[in-house]
Amino acid sequence: MAFGRSDQPKMPKAIKLLIAGGFGVGKTTMVGAVSEIRPLRTEETLTDRSVGIDDLSGVETKATTTVAMDFGRISIGDEFMLYLFGTPGQERFWFVWDELARGALGAVVLADTRRLADCFPSVDYFERRGTPFIVAVNCFEGAPVFELAEVKLALNLGEDIPVLLCDARKRESGKEVLITLVKHAYGKRPMATVK
Amino acid sequence: MSGHEWGPDGWSPDDDRLLDAPTIRPYVIARGRTEAQDRFDLISLAVTIKPTTGREVGLDPEHQTIVRLCRRPLSVAEIAAHMDLPAGIVRVLLGDLFDRGFVAVQQPQPEMDVLDERMYKAVLDGLRAL
Repeated sequence: MAFGRSDQPKMPKAIKLLIAGGFGVGKTTMVGAVSEIRPLRTEETLTDRSVGIDDLSGVETKATTTVAMDFGRISIGDEFMLYLFGTPGQERFWFVWDELARGALGAVVLADTRRLADCFPSVDYFERRGTPFIVAVNCFEGAPVFELAEVKLALNLGEDIPVLLCDARKRESGKEVLITLVKHAYGKRPMATVK
Repeated sequence: MSGHEWGPDGWSPDDDRLLDAPTIRPYVIARGRTEAQDRFDLISLAVTIKPTTGREVGLDPEHQTIVRLCRRPLSVAEIAAHMDLPAGIVRVLLGDLFDRGFVAVQQPQPEMDVLDERMYKAVLDGLRAL
């Protein structure tokens, strides 16, 4: 990559998309299907701000938790770099989501119709935070086939939240999911609202 | 900042190996510092703008590795993954390198800038071209 002679080389700007959902729903598979690099794993040490009430010693304690996240990357020309983070789906890791969701363009909630309830925490979280999200139903073989409308109903989703079927293993399918998300996020831009 | 006290003898700046991971705790690599945690995002991009000679005082093997890795722009998350270090430690080391002018850091697209129409168009075009 060629940079000019200036001290501040022209660098791409990073954009973040999140892939959320329950354990084993195919988050890392989807990241790998669309990423230009093999999915990598990073560990983030985070402070759990909800802990610290257990104040036996009189010393303020902050619990830290280490969370592993898988992620991939897609270069958008030389101007932007898209990062896809598979976010830990467990409810107790909500504080990870806070760090990750900050500045994210949007999120894909991956759902498995055999364990639809697993994606409730993600849906709740993104709704509350106001992060644009869509729901992608990963079509596992042998999983019950639902109409998308039924999934929408079961998850109590707003009319405007796109729901689509996908195959997390396939690049084309992952592409379609991401395009749907970016289009949705574009329509959700807080035009006149002050955050 | 003092020179490295614990580098094994015979260490060479061209050596890509890390110190024995099981024997060196991450906080030792960062000399117990954690203050840079909020300075860089997980997706802040770093690129080397001045190569190291390997003889700089106060630069440890991990600093040298980052300078080598960042010949092309890499995120904090990628550096951490490649070096098998927690992201927090990479932030501290990156802060040292940034302060001494070895790397430039590009902060991510700020949340308010997600209003930028041009960015959406670029991202959609890029995804369609995958």
